[in-house]
Amino acid sequence: MKQLLRNTIAGAAMIGASLSAGLAQAEETIKVGILHSLSGTMAISETTLKDVMLMLIEEQNKKGGLLGKKLEPVVVDPASDWPLFAEKARELISVNDVSAVFGCWTSVSRKSVLPVFEELNSLLFYPVQYEGEESQRNVFYTGAAPNQQAIPAVDYLMNEIGVKRWVLAGTDYVYPRTTNKILEAYLKAKGVAADDIMINYTPFGHSDWQTIVSDIKKFGAGGKKTAVVSTINGDANVPFYKELGNQGINAEDIPVVAFSVGEEELAGLDTAPLVGHLAAWNYFQSVDTDVNAEFIDNWHAFIEDDKRVTNDPMEAHYIGFNMWVKAVEKAGTTDADAVIDAIVGVSVPNLSGGYSAMMPNHHITKPVLIGEIQEDGQFETVWETSGLVVGDEWSDFLPDSKDLIADWRAPLSCGNFNAKTGKCGGKGS
Amino acid sequence: MPRCLAYLTVLLVAGLLAAAPLRAADLRPLIDNLANGGFKGTAKAVDELAATGDPDAVPVLSALLEGALYQRKSDKQVFRAEKAGRELKLFDAVTGTPVETVAKRAARKVKVNNRLRKQIRGALGTLTLLSPDPDQRRSGADAVFKTPAPENAVLLRAAIAKETDEVVRRRMQRALAAVTLRHDSDSTARIAAVETLGSFTDQDVRGVLSAVLLTDRDGNPLEADAELRAAASAALAGVESRLEFWSAAESVFHGLSLSSVLLLAAIGLAITFGVMGVINMAHGEMVMLGAYTTFVIQEIIRASHPALFDYSLFIAIPAAFLVAGTVGVGIERGVIRFLYGRPLETLLATWGLSLILQQTVRSIFGPTNKEVGTPSWMSGALEFDSGLVLTYNRLAIIFFALAVLAVLMLLLRYTAFGLRMRAVTQNRGMASAMGIRTGQIDALTFGLGSGIAGMAGVALSQIDNVSPNLGQAYIVDSFMVVVFGGVGNLWGTFFGGMSLGLVNKFLEPYAGAVLGKILVLVAIILFIQRRPRGLFALKGRAVEN
Amino acid sequence: MSSAAHIPELRTGPLSGLLLSLPLGGKIMLGLLALAALLVPLLNLAVPADSFFHVPAYMVALLGKYLCYALLALSVDLVWGFCGILSLGHGAFFGLGGYAMGMYLMRQIGPRGVYGDPLLPDFMVFLNWQELPWFWYGFDMFPFAMVMVLLAPGLLAFLFGWLAFRSRVTGVYLSIITQAMTYALMLAFFRNDMGFGGNNGLTDFKDLLGFDLQSDATRSGLFVASAVSLALGYLICAAIVRSKFGRVLEAIRDAESRVRFLGYRVEYYKLFVFTLSAMMAGVAGALYVPQVGIINPAEFAPANSIEIVIWVAVGGRGTLYGAALGAILVNYAKTYFTGALPEIWLFMLGALFVSVTLFMPKGIVGVLRQAGRNGILGALYGRGRLGEEHGT
Repeated sequence: MKQLLRNTIAGAAMIGASLSAGLAQAEETIKVGILHSLSGTMAISETTLKDVMLMLIEEQNKKGGLLGKKLEPVVVDPASDWPLFAEKARELISVNDVSAVFGCWTSVSRKSVLPVFEELNSLLFYPVQYEGEESQRNVFYTGAAPNQQAIPAVDYLMNEIGVKRWVLAGTDYVYPRTTNKILEAYLKAKGVAADDIMINYTPFGHSDWQTIVSDIKKFGAGGKKTAVVSTINGDANVPFYKELGNQGINAEDIPVVAFSVGEEELAGLDTAPLVGHLAAWNYFQSVDTDVNAEFIDNWHAFIEDDKRVTNDPMEAHYIGFNMWVKAVEKAGTTDADAVIDAIVGVSVPNLSGGYSAMMPNHHITKPVLIGEIQEDGQFETVWETSGLVVGDEWSDFLPDSKDLIADWRAPLSCGNFNAKTGKCGGKGS
Repeated sequence: MPRCLAYLTVLLVAGLLAAAPLRAADLRPLIDNLANGGFKGTAKAVDELAATGDPDAVPVLSALLEGALYQRKSDKQVFRAEKAGRELKLFDAVTGTPVETVAKRAARKVKVNNRLRKQIRGALGTLTLLSPDPDQRRSGADAVFKTPAPENAVLLRAAIAKETDEVVRRRMQRALAAVTLRHDSDSTARIAAVETLGSFTDQDVRGVLSAVLLTDRDGNPLEADAELRAAASAALAGVESRLEFWSAAESVFHGLSLSSVLLLAAIGLAITFGVMGVINMAHGEMVMLGAYTTFVIQEIIRASHPALFDYSLFIAIPAAFLVAGTVGVGIERGVIRFLYGRPLETLLATWGLSLILQQTVRSIFGPTNKEVGTPSWMSGALEFDSGLVLTYNRLAIIFFALAVLAVLMLLLRYTAFGLRMRAVTQNRGMASAMGIRTGQIDALTFGLGSGIAGMAGVALSQIDNVSPNLGQAYIVDSFMVVVFGGVGNLWGTFFGGMSLGLVNKFLEPYAGAVLGKILVLVAIILFIQRRPRGLFALKGRAVEN
Repeated sequence: MSSAAHIPELRTGPLSGLLLSLPLGGKIMLGLLALAALLVPLLNLAVPADSFFHVPAYMVALLGKYLCYALLALSVDLVWGFCGILSLGHGAFFGLGGYAMGMYLMRQIGPRGVYGDPLLPDFMVFLNWQELPWFWYGFDMFPFAMVMVLLAPGLLAFLFGWLAFRSRVTGVYLSIITQAMTYALMLAFFRNDMGFGGNNGLTDFKDLLGFDLQSDATRSGLFVASAVSLALGYLICAAIVRSKFGRVLEAIRDAESRVRFLGYRVEYYKLFVFTLSAMMAGVAGALYVPQVGIINPAEFAPANSIEIVIWVAVGGRGTLYGAALGAILVNYAKTYFTGALPEIWLFMLGALFVSVTLFMPKGIVGVLRQAGRNGILGALYGRGRLGEEHGT
C-alpha cells in the first residue's frame, strides 16, 4: 500500500513538474501547439499535417523566429479519440501555455475542442474543408466552406459537362449530410427533379461497395448524363474506387467528383482505372507556380522522401500559419485578443499564385480548382474559378441559416448575427 | 466536330477500300497546335489531326489520351515524353525517336479532360474498327457505340459485312443500332434499331433506350415519333426484366464475395481462437502484416524484375505466410505459452501486442496508405452479354478462400502434424504422455493460424486499404464469424462466414448498408440465445471446459 | 479462495460493519477519495492560481474523468471478478448513461444554440428536422434524465441478460455477443437518422441545473459528485460481495453447473448483478459527459470496452478497489505518454499490458498482496492482513 501511495505522490509530482517546467520556459520561446492524431484511425491523414507544421515552424525560426523569439512546437497525440482532443487542447493551453494551436481534422474533434478554446480564450487554426454552419471567435477556418468546394464543383459538372442526374454518396456523418443538404437544395433550385437525385449514406470505413457501385451503374443508365458527388470519407475511398474501376465505370461515362480525396488518398491507389475522375479543392500539388515548387522542394527536403505528396489541408496550414505570424507581428504580441483583432484583413500568398485574406467571419478567400485524376496519382486542373471565393460560413441554401452572417470585428463581434431581425443569436424563434 | 469526323470517316473508308492509305505531308504544325488554345484548342486540333486520315495520327492521339504529350516551353513544340525522376525524356510524337532530356519544369503537359478523352477514344475507335485484332475491333465498336456519330454508319456497315467473329459482329450491330437510332431520319429503320437494341441485355443499352423515353420538365415527350416510343418502351421492358433477373444473380455473387472475405479473415482465428482457445486480439495485425508483406514484395519486384509483377501475389502468399507465421510462433513462445489455462488473460496480452505491432508498422512504413498494385489478370471484370459483371479480383478471392480452407482441412485430417495438433487440443495431458512435444505443437499451431491470417492479408490488400489500421477493421467481424459458426469447428467457420455474408448482402438493398449490418448483429445475438454454442456445437464433456 | 472462510459476517449495524470489514486497500481508497473530495475543490477554488498548492482547472477535470473511469471499471469488476461474466460491452451501458445526461444538457441549452431555436438542438436544425423526436421529450427535466441514466442501461442489460443467461450462454460466447451488442449500438448511433447527432454526438453544453459548466466551482462540484459516486459504488459492490448473495456469485464464477445442481437459479443471480453493474456504468457515463463536454458514438466502440476490461486486469481482477486503481493508473499513463511521448506511447501502453499479464497475473493488487505475504509490508501491517481480502 505504501508503494501505491508513493506512486500516487510521484505521479502528482510528475504532473506538477511538467507544469512548472512549462511556465519556466514560456519566457524564452513562443510555443505553438500541434493537435493532430498520430495514432488511431485518423493518423493516416493527420500525421502529415503535424509534419508540415514542424516544417513551417523550422522555416520561421530560420528566418529569425517571431517577435525576436524562437518558436517552439509542442506536439501531443489525441489518438483519434474525441474526448481526448478536448483534454489535450486544455493541456496545450493551460499546461504548456501555447500561443496558438494548429489542429483537428474531423468535425467531431473540432466540436469537441471548441468550448475549451472559448473558455480559455486561445486560438485554433482548423485546416480542413468542413460543412460550414459555424463561426467561432477563437477559431480560424482555413479549409474550404461548402461554397468554396461543393457548389463550384456542381456548377462545373452542370454547365461544362451537362450532367442531369446526380448521385450524392457520402459517409454518414455531419459533413456529408450538411453538404448534401446544401447541394440538394441547390440542385432543386436549378430545376433538377427529385427523381434525378439519388442520396446514399454508408458507415465509416465501409469496405464492401459492390452493391452500391452496381446501384450507381443502374441509376446512371437512365438515359441522362449522370455524375457522382462523393463526400465519402478518407478510408472508405480506396475500396470504393477499386470497385468502380473493376466494375468498369470510367470517368467518361459516370464521373465521380470527390471532396475528400486528395493526393494523399490517391497515394494508396493504383490510379490507372481512375483517370478522369474529379476532385474539387483549393490547391493541387500539380499547380504550376514558383511558390508551390519551392514549397514542394522544402517539403521533400524536410521529410527526406521525394515521393511524399502535398495536399490541400497542408496548404491550409501554410496559409494559416503565415497569417498567424503576420497578425502577431502586426499586433506586436501573441495575446489572443490582440491577434484576433489584428488578423482580420491579413493577406498572405497562397500556393496557387494569389493571395488569401482572412475575412471578418474567420474564413478565408480561396480559388476553387477542379482537377482530374491522372495516371501518376496527381490532379490536372481542368477548371478554376476566375477569382477568389469568400468562405460562406452560413449557407444561403439552408432555410435556417440563410439570414445569418458572422462578423467578428467590433462593434458587431457576433458569429450568428441575424440580418433580418438585426440581432445576434441565430434565427430566433 | 461531327463534320470533321465525317471527313475522317470518308477518307478512311475510301483509303481502306482502295487499300492505299493517304499520307498527309506533315503533321507537325497540327501536332503543335494540340497545346494551344486550352481544351477548345486541343479539341479543334484533334479533329484536324484526325481529319487528315493519316495513320501516323494514331500514336499521337494514343499518347494524348494517356497524357504523355508535353509542350516544350522554349519553342512550343509538342513531344511525347516519359518521366525519369526530375527530368523528362522527349521523343518525337510520330516516329518515337528520342529527341532530348529536359528538366521537368521546362515542358508543360498537354491537358486532356473527360470530354476530350471521349472524343479521342471515339476517333481512335473509328480507326480501329477494321483492325486485324478482334479485341481492338470490339473495343472500337464499343467506343463508337458510346459516341454515335452519323458518319460512322457507313464504316460500321462495311465492317459488319467483313466481320467473321460473331461476338464482335454483335457489338458492331449494337453500335450501328445506336447510330441509326440517334441520327437516322427514317422511322422504320429507327424502330428496327430499337428492336436490335432490345435484344441486348446491358446497362448501356438500357441507357440508350431510356433516353428515347425522356420527357421535358412539363412531362411532354422529347421524342415526337409515338410509334418509336412504344417500340422503345417495349424493348426497354424486356431489357429491364432480364436485367432484374441477372441482378439477383449479381447479389448472390456479391454475397459470396463478402462471405469469402469474412471467411478468409476468420480462418486463421478459427485456429488460434477456435482450436487453441487464445482470445487472439492480435489476429487483425497478422492480417495487416500479410498485406504489408505484399507491399514490400511488390516494391522489390517493381525495382528489380518489373516483368514478374503479374506473379507478385504468388510470391507474396508464401512470404506472407512465413512472415506472419514467424511472428505468430514468436508471440506464442514469448508470451502465450505462459498463459495457457488462463484464456481471458490472453485477451489482455494480445491486445497489448496488437498495439505494439500497429505502432511498429506505423513507425516503419508511415501512417499513410500504401499502394498495392493489382496484377493485370486480376483487374477488370468478366462481363457477360447479359450484363452480369463478375469482377476478377473478387472471383480470385472466392477461389482463394475455398482453397485455403480445403488445404487446411486436409492438413488437419491427413497429416501427422494435424493429428498431433488435434490430440494436443483435445487432451493435452494425454497427448504429452503419448510422447507428443506439446510445446512445439502449440507453437506451430499458433504459427499456422497466424500464417493463414497473413495469407488473408495478401487477398485483402487487393480490395481494401493497406494501412496500420487494416487489421482493426476485421477483428470484430472475424470473432463474430467464428463464434457464430461454433468455436473449434472449421465447418462452422465456413458456414458462419457464408451465411453472414449472404444475409448481409441480401439485406443491404432493403435496409441499407448500416441498418443491414445492425440487423445481422442483432440476429447473431438472438441466434446465440437459441444455440448457445454456435451453429456447429462441439458435443460432450469437453464443452464445459 | 482459501481466505473465503475468514470473511466476517455482515454485522447488525450495516454500514459500520461493512466499513470495518473492508480490506485495507478499500479503506485506503475510501480515505483517499474523502481527502480528494475535500482538498481538490479547496486547492482549486481557495488557493491563488500562482501558489504551488493550486490545483488547476485542467487537473480537476482530468481527475474527475479518471474517477468516472474508475467507477466504470468497478462495475466491470463486479460482474467479471465475482460472477465470471466477461462483458466486452460495458462501454454500451456507459455510453447510454452518457447519452441520457447529454440529452438533458442539450435541452438545457435552449435558445442559446447558434441558430437560437428554442426547442431543437443545433444538429437537428441544420439537418432540417421539423420537430423534436418523441424520445427527446422529458429530457428537459433533470429528475427524468437521471431516471433514464439508470433505466436505459439497466433495461438494456436486463433484456440482454434475460435472453442470454436463461439460455445459458457463457464464456467467450457471452463475451462476443456483448461485443456484438455494443458494436450494433455504435453503428446505430452513428446514423444521423437516429436523432442523436450522429458521429458528432452531443456537444457544446452550457449548464447543468443552472450551474455554468465552464466555471471552476461547477467543475469542482462534479469532481466531488464523482468521488462520492465512486465511494458509494464501491460500498454497494463490497456489500454485495461480502453477503451470502456474493458467495453464491463467486460459486457461480468457479463452478456454474455445480451451483445449478445445488438448486440455485443461477440466471437470476447473474441477471441481478449484470443489471446493477450496467446501471453503475450508466452513472459513470452520466458523470463523465459534463466533465469532458462531449458524448459521441465512439464510446460504444468495441475497442473501448476491451480497454475497460484491461484496466480491471491491470489493477487486479476480483478486488474492486484494484479495478479502480487500474483504471486511474492506465488512464494517467495514457494522459502522460500522449503528451510526453506522442510518437511512441502505444509501445509503452502495449508493453504495459503484456508485462502485466506475464509478470503480474493478479494485477497490481496481486503484487502488493504478494509483497504483504512475503513480509515486506507485512511487518508493518501485521502478517497476513493483506491476504485476508476477498476474491482470488
